[in-house]
Amino acid sequence: MRADSSRPRPPLDPRMYQISVLSGLLIYGLGWLHFDITLGRAALLLSTALLTQYVCTKLWRLPKFDPKSALISGLSLCLLLRTNFAALAVLAAVVTIASKFLVRWKGKHIFNPTNFGLVFLMFLGAPIWVSPGQWGNVAFFGFLMACLGGLVVNRAARSDVTYAFLVSFAALQFGRAVWAMQRWEVPIHRMESGALLLFAFFMISDPKTTPNSRAGRILFAAVVTAFAGFIQFGLYRTNGILWSLALWSMAVPLIDRLLPGPRYEWTRPRQKPQTQGVIDEADTSPRHRPLDQPALGSTSA
Amino acid sequence: MVRDADRTVLTMANDYSGEPAQFAIVIPVPTVLQRGQIHVGDRAVMEHLDAYSAPRLVEYFDPDPCMRYEALQSAPMSQGMARKSADSRNEARERSLGVRIEARYTVGEYDILILSAKQSGGLETWLLENGYSVPAGARRVLASYIRQGMKFFVAKVNLGEQQRLGFSYLRPIQVAYESPKFMLPLRLGMVNADGPQELFVFAITKNGRVETTNYRTVRLPEGMDIPEYVKDDFPRFYRAMFTRQVENENREAVFLEYAWNMSWCDPCAADPLSADELRSLGAFWVASPNSGGNPPQTGPQTTFITRLHVRYDARHFPEDLVFQETADQSNFQARYVMRHPWKGEGSCDGIGEYRRSVRERRVKEAETLATLTGWDLASIRRKMGGDWSDDPDKQGPWWDRMWKN
Repeated sequence: MRADSSRPRPPLDPRMYQISVLSGLLIYGLGWLHFDITLGRAALLLSTALLTQYVCTKLWRLPKFDPKSALISGLSLCLLLRTNFAALAVLAAVVTIASKFLVRWKGKHIFNPTNFGLVFLMFLGAPIWVSPGQWGNVAFFGFLMACLGGLVVNRAARSDVTYAFLVSFAALQFGRAVWAMQRWEVPIHRMESGALLLFAFFMISDPKTTPNSRAGRILFAAVVTAFAGFIQFGLYRTNGILWSLALWSMAVPLIDRLLPGPRYEWTRPRQKPQTQGVIDEADTSPRHRPLDQPALGSTSA
Repeated sequence: MVRDADRTVLTMANDYSGEPAQFAIVIPVPTVLQRGQIHVGDRAVMEHLDAYSAPRLVEYFDPDPCMRYEALQSAPMSQGMARKSADSRNEARERSLGVRIEARYTVGEYDILILSAKQSGGLETWLLENGYSVPAGARRVLASYIRQGMKFFVAKVNLGEQQRLGFSYLRPIQVAYESPKFMLPLRLGMVNADGPQELFVFAITKNGRVETTNYRTVRLPEGMDIPEYVKDDFPRFYRAMFTRQVENENREAVFLEYAWNMSWCDPCAADPLSADELRSLGAFWVASPNSGGNPPQTGPQTTFITRLHVRYDARHFPEDLVFQETADQSNFQARYVMRHPWKGEGSCDGIGEYRRSVRERRVKEAETLATLTGWDLASIRRKMGGDWSDDPDKQGPWWDRMWKN
């Protein structure tokens, strides 16, 4: 929906929509799907994420504390991270948020924070786990609608990476099924996964960590899919998409160098009323910021 | 199923009850198995594992409300063991080649072949020509497994050996292999199934609970108070409850019945498995107390057991079950509580209050049972017996009761 372009309107932050969808998913997961997480644990994850964001804001002397991104990361951890130990949940939340401030390259953080937090702990062999099967297939279409709704509301801010990922992942699953002579129900069942949607719409789509150019983002989605496929069908391991995203995030600076493009920002200043809300892909006037200054309110998921 | 890193030991027990000569199973396995990788297990150990982890009824006896003491009694109720039918019947006609017998062994009462094939048609024909009956639709499933590089483990009963060994039943077959694939092939079993099939998976691991990654793993409802009369019919209650839960989850879920660190249990339905029993099931990391050669145990070794119950059909379970071992060490058991009211005489101030609480409890128990099983509430009450005259439903609206109009 296009607003009347003659009138300036306050910038619409796509993160507000993300926060509502993720909160809805968490409530559904807790109340109906009986996720392996208690209310207390969810509160612990969220408050640790917010507190870490606050402390980092002070340490890095950012002008303003912005809870939105930390809330998104915290909610994503509630949906994904499972552990028997409260201390590990705290550590995961701290690592997740701190990674935005510590793991940076030319003023842009490298990893999607939640992805980094999870993969970092799994890599260290900490007793945590992620249950890709926890969503089941019942709520899939509602989930899909909520995610697609987000794209409409946000006027498709960098959603090309989501589309590219979903298309390449579907090609992988269907291609594999053709090769393995499986029934169509097999790849369809694999595509109807809440874990996949969460990844496609809230993690790989993170505009702060994806390549800056459209060609770069499509390439990025394709290589993430390819390596995830290798993990799933070559190594027979779980959570291939999480591992693959973390690995290829490290290649984003290189992709940006080969295929340069404008940097993404969540909101745009009010004094530029000609484009409201989120930046369109067609926008060719990137706002530059000194490279040594950390991005404000960076991240999603 | 025992799993640690890539090492897997699969023990297959089945409830085949026909003529031994008619019995045959075909199981896709990831690797060609050597003679030493195949073993015939002890059914008693499987039965013990089943009894140990089965959903159970726990009975509590109300104390004399006028005295203070407690009694606790536990009544284990065992369900069936892993049951998966693998018999097959049908015909086909084609002739082709491409089947290779990788190995041929006689282990215990079984004649075992390890086959690899290039074409499903060839494999199907080979099976038919060698006296195996192959259901319609199996070819496509076989083709898929062949493409994925799976070998086929084919077992038949050797009647002579069976007579010599003197077993009147079929003992479980065990295979040990190393493969990153942590899955159970379901699809051959579905080809000839009349309806949904039941599968119990007992997973023994080092680190924690096992769950499926491509289907939802759901904990069964547990810990509810149910009426006393169910005691005589616990298996029927359990089946009805399970069916109801399967329907509630749109027949797409795998159910967790038991998850426990085997080093302790309280109360135990059956004694925990001994180190020797665990080793015989394949838990190779457990040190045997009798083997002097083994290095002494350094601290307690974890054996975590997960019992999963799946009712599956081709429509709702299009893919094989894929598992992951989680780090979840929290314990879970499907247990149902039966509280026996105090039947003795009582004459104290508290007795009236106690009787009232028992009546309220009965109302709740009936409702719980109806919700869990889908049984009719009125017939539950009839079976529970007793006086339902002060049942809130029969007493008119709540405001009448409030003001005793």
